[in-house]
Amino acid sequence: MSNTDIDKSPEQEDLGAAGSRLSTAPREETANVPGFGVVGWVRWFWRQLTSMRVALLLLLLLSLGAIPGSLIPQTSADASKVEDFRAAHGTLAPVYDKLGLFHVYSSVWFSAIYILLFVSLIGCIVPRTWQFVGQLRGRPPAAPKRLTRLPAYTTWRTEADPEQVHEAALALLKKRRFRAHRTGDAVAAEKGYLRELGNLVFHVALIVLLVAFASGQLYKSDGTKLMVEGDGFSNALPQYDDFKSGSLFQTDELVPFSFDLKDFEGTYEVSGPNKGTPRTYEAKIRYSEGAYGKKKPTTVKVNEPLKIGDSKVYLVSHGYAPVVTVRDGRGKVVFQDAVPLLPLDGNVTSNGVIKVMDDYRDGRGKKDQLGFQAFFVPTFDPKSGTMLSQFPALLNPLLAVNAYHGDLGVNSGIPQSVYQLDKKHMKAFKDSKGKLLKKLLQPGDTLKLPDGAGSITFEKDVKEWAGFEIVQEPGSGWALGGALAAIFGLAASLFIQRRRVWVRAVRGADGVTVVEMAGLGRSESAKVPEELGDLAGILYDQAPGAPDPGDDPAATPDPQAVPAEGAEK
Amino acid sequence: MTLAAATNEHLASISNTLIYSSMAVYTLAFFAYIAEWLFGSRSKVGRTAAALTGAERTAAAPAVTVRQAGGTAVLERPKVVVRSASGARDVPDGPGAHGGDEQGDLYGRIAISLTVLAFLVELGGVVARAASVERAPWGNMYEFNITFSTVAVGVYLGLLALKKNVRWLGLFLTTTVLLDLGLAVTVLYTASDQLVPALHSYWLYIHVSTAIFCGAVFYVGAVATILYLFKDSYENKLQAGGKPGKFATSVLERLPASASLDKFAYRVNAAVFPLWTFTIIAGAIWAGDAWGRYWNWDPKETWSFITWIAYACYLHARATAGWKGRKAAYLAMLAFACWLFNYYGVNIFVSGKHSYAGV
Ligand code: HEM
Repeated sequence: MSNTDIDKSPEQEDLGAAGSRLSTAPREETANVPGFGVVGWVRWFWRQLTSMRVALLLLLLLSLGAIPGSLIPQTSADASKVEDFRAAHGTLAPVYDKLGLFHVYSSVWFSAIYILLFVSLIGCIVPRTWQFVGQLRGRPPAAPKRLTRLPAYTTWRTEADPEQVHEAALALLKKRRFRAHRTGDAVAAEKGYLRELGNLVFHVALIVLLVAFASGQLYKSDGTKLMVEGDGFSNALPQYDDFKSGSLFQTDELVPFSFDLKDFEGTYEVSGPNKGTPRTYEAKIRYSEGAYGKKKPTTVKVNEPLKIGDSKVYLVSHGYAPVVTVRDGRGKVVFQDAVPLLPLDGNVTSNGVIKVMDDYRDGRGKKDQLGFQAFFVPTFDPKSGTMLSQFPALLNPLLAVNAYHGDLGVNSGIPQSVYQLDKKHMKAFKDSKGKLLKKLLQPGDTLKLPDGAGSITFEKDVKEWAGFEIVQEPGSGWALGGALAAIFGLAASLFIQRRRVWVRAVRGADGVTVVEMAGLGRSESAKVPEELGDLAGILYDQAPGAPDPGDDPAATPDPQAVPAEGAEK
Repeated sequence: MTLAAATNEHLASISNTLIYSSMAVYTLAFFAYIAEWLFGSRSKVGRTAAALTGAERTAAAPAVTVRQAGGTAVLERPKVVVRSASGARDVPDGPGAHGGDEQGDLYGRIAISLTVLAFLVELGGVVARAASVERAPWGNMYEFNITFSTVAVGVYLGLLALKKNVRWLGLFLTTTVLLDLGLAVTVLYTASDQLVPALHSYWLYIHVSTAIFCGAVFYVGAVATILYLFKDSYENKLQAGGKPGKFATSVLERLPASASLDKFAYRVNAAVFPLWTFTIIAGAIWAGDAWGRYWNWDPKETWSFITWIAYACYLHARATAGWKGRKAAYLAMLAFACWLFNYYGVNIFVSGKHSYAGV
């Protein structure tokens, strides 16, 4: 025997040895009893954890564990739905709470499953990598004694010298990029190591993905900002309307940039059954990177965020902001601004409030505060008989207001929504008949408040506003890289066949050389016999057949011995 | 109404007509496949039993033969002898639905021709639908269903064109395609509609088209897996000396050997698994662009993930001693059930009723 890397056990020439280590998959060990002492138990536990069987169970558990989160409302996705659920299921909700079922994907038990899985994965990858390196440094195992027992086999007799056949086989296999070498009376060759490499890359990529995902969660920040056309924003914490961040996020990690909203444009289907369905949303902005960067114009659309460093600016919502002027009892303008209103339906029927706090004097010159409830429709259709908008674009805007005065409560220290009016300390203005004062305003119209308390004017200008979400999630590049590596690794691992070929040439007693060729794949694949046939064909041309001494001219191979697979070609 | 809208509605009605026509042709194909099976049942095939109980297995035949041709000996090239790995049953594949019966074979060929025709008509319906909505035809479940069955049949015909041994799939496939289309035109029908801005993304094309393709291929794998389970029990019974029923014998004898079915199912599932992985990643990229977060654990994402893990389980099971064969096949069925739930279940139960229906 020549210098092969395989152990010299008695079964060395058996199929088992020749077929061994075609993969680095761990061998399944049957219920081995743990040894004595703590070390024995730890070792036993570790071996169990890193076995394929446990990996399989953990994978199954992971998929089972992911199910409840898709059926039960999750706080992370929609906290209000969770509240509804709590209200509706008085007895179930506390149980769910205990089990963490309202936040499955960050619950202790779900984390335990995937952490165990990833420990198992690492415990699996490390030894497999070593083994693989060992295989790369070693050589393909020697030919088994009885090549006839291999899944693909062929033989012929030739006048050529065994040495010649071996030389030719070696050259041919090497040309086909097999790793081939001589072992005793045969040539042993192997190909397709990329499969194993791909498999390792895939599993490592899974770890990269997990780490990227986890760090993304820990370091991310996510805030929203509503901007009326003409407004500006610079990326600093106080500028956000609403801000959330991961537990390791630090404010100085916010990417420095700023932008102004120049113009928002929405287009809608104007006719047909889908009239009013949005077609495009675009926000034209000018942005600058860094603290003093040059302003550059660009457009942010749905699905097309602006990317600056790790930060992305998404267009997430839009609405209208009618420009309103409020004059006080003295006729002085105390408020003039575009007031963003929140959409209530698909046709952008909107509502909101206007708060006038300082500087306002009523008809008698006394200090007071004003609050208006505003209801806005971009397309009013008198024929519809409703105050609901009939179309999302600005075709026939109408603003309905009613007015209150008194204490807005903004100084009470309790945070207040800018879209709601706290009427606890406010009194409604009444009209001459003693009813709640209200008026439908067309652009340019003015509502005069009674007792010379001033007026509110709906200017002939309705601006649009756009809501932006600014997300910073470091590590998404790593996640993408990991994902791509996973795909390529997986493809290599599934599509590349790792296989071995042996060629043995021995001179028989009658002086004629008998050539035997056999192939073995990791899994039974049609490719292995095909390739073997191909190789045999080439080799046959170099070592042509010699007639069998007692050959029966009519004998053809029994078709039954060549099942469909091999016969495909 | 504008002219454009009128053209679109015209196209939409053409599409509907084509879809109904394709259903009619599929029905004809269905009957032709039935005829193939019926005629096939006349032939006597008992090769499985013979192989499993026969005393002498055919020995590896000599690979080189000498044929006398015009006095000179012409040596044929060596033939490769294939045998299954040690331990596996050496059972020959069945002859197919026609069972070697000539008339059955004729009906089978007619069935395939009809399937091709139905496929083309259905494809026309899908294309007309796409033209009528001026976008890819997968904006709602109706469109998804018609595209899905078109692709599934396309995969089948593609495999046939590649000369793979898949003719036996025909009857099972047309049956489910008819169910799928029936469901589409009755329950799921939606008048044609364009997309809202959130769906305007080339990732939609990439993500959804690969998802449909993966589903179609997984489906083919699932059919093979079910048949494998039947055939495997059949072979087990024969091997144990049992006598399976007449109907089972007639049907299962004509199918490929359980080992071939198992292998086919594995190859099909393994081949699309990377694409399914890609589909999920493409979805994540799209979500990242559309919603600001590439992974939100929304029900669709979650179930795609579950499906992915389930198929990964199956692939692991295949590589693990003691899990091959039936156990792995059950995992494959489970994985496909997850895929189905992700499509029907999540659309109907979960998002439709505010994510906590069904609990
Ligand atoms: C995070 C979860 C995991 C996923 C999604 C996953 C996925 C996969 C997939 C899809 C394959 C198929 C590739 C092929 O058949 O060659 C595979 C193969 C393999 N996996 Fe995993 N795996 C995971 C965890 C693990 C763990 C924890 C182990 C170790 C205990 C492991 C060990 C293996 C081995 C040894 C193979 C190759 C088997 C062979 O050579 O055929 N995997 N894995």
